[in-house]
Amino acid sequence: MRVRDLLDVLECRVEAGAAGLDNEVKGGYASDLLSDVMAHAGEGDVWVTVQAHQNVVAVATLVSLACVVVAGGVECEPEAARRAEEEGIPLLRSRLPAFEVVGRLYVAGIRARPGAD
Amino acid sequence: MRLECRVTGGDFQAAGEAAAKLKRTLRQVGIDAETGRRAAIVAYEAEMNIVIHALRGVLSVEISPECIEILANDEGPGIPDIPLAMQEGYSTAPEHIREMGFGAGLGLPNMKRYSDEFRIESVVGRGTSVRMVIKIASKGSQT
Ligand SMILES: Nc1ncnc2c1ncn2[C@@H]1O[C@H](COP(=O)(O)OP(=O)(O)OP(=O)(O)O)[C@@H](O)[C@H]1O
Ligand SMILES: [Mg+2]
Repeated sequence: MRVRDLLDVLECRVEAGAAGLDNEVKGGYASDLLSDVMAHAGEGDVWVTVQAHQNVVAVATLVSLACVVVAGGVECEPEAARRAEEEGIPLLRSRLPAFEVVGRLYVAGIRARPGAD
Repeated sequence: MRLECRVTGGDFQAAGEAAAKLKRTLRQVGIDAETGRRAAIVAYEAEMNIVIHALRGVLSVEISPECIEILANDEGPGIPDIPLAMQEGYSTAPEHIREMGFGAGLGLPNMKRYSDEFRIESVVGRGTSVRMVIKIASKGSQT
């Protein structure tokens, strides 16, 4: 599954980083704590969060995530979008609450990766 | 090969740039993705601790064929009780920083977990230095 396949599933908009829409989605992780994501998310994961500032993009880039989904209709900060564009990491924004986003990802076959401990 | 980046306390705009630069450099010199990821994680946590908890510091990295050595030295308040600071969940980050998703108290445990060697020293009222080494997996061996 590619990032672009998530757009309809999550009814979301691409805020920035469209260059990465063909990234393969290998798993998923949900958290609003940056160090927690650092420790447990894996390369190629979709990250669901309600944080929408530029440090989110920095973390996503460092751990080579597939994309970031900002849930709950939270506005993305302009600096986050700028950075996502620069790094080519898709920053997606969904009006759906985080719970619903994760549920739909699960139904679409995305799982937490084994060993995300 | 050597890399050095200044890190400024409180500067959340530039935060993460030192770690990002390290990750790019490691990719350019052909370090495997997993080793690069570990180095980026520990460098980022060290960098953010300077941004969040200290006044200013320097992140320096030495890359050799065998290992990546990362030093984070800062001027700042120091850490009075290191074993306590090393515990998962312990954080003194103020509320406005927690709201950004920092302050889980996982940074130091992450640094220890993702590095092969980890040492932290601190003088209260002076500053903190962290040294981490990540071994570069030679072909055929497994981490
Ligand atoms: N460079 C430093 N200077 C002063 N105090 C520090 C420094 N690094 C860590 N500390 C102290 O150790 C505590 C634990 O650090 P740790 O990185 O594990 O968690 P955190 O930075 O609070 O949260 P997180 O890293 O999960 O965002 C900090 O809250 C702080 O009190
Ligand atoms: Mg920290």
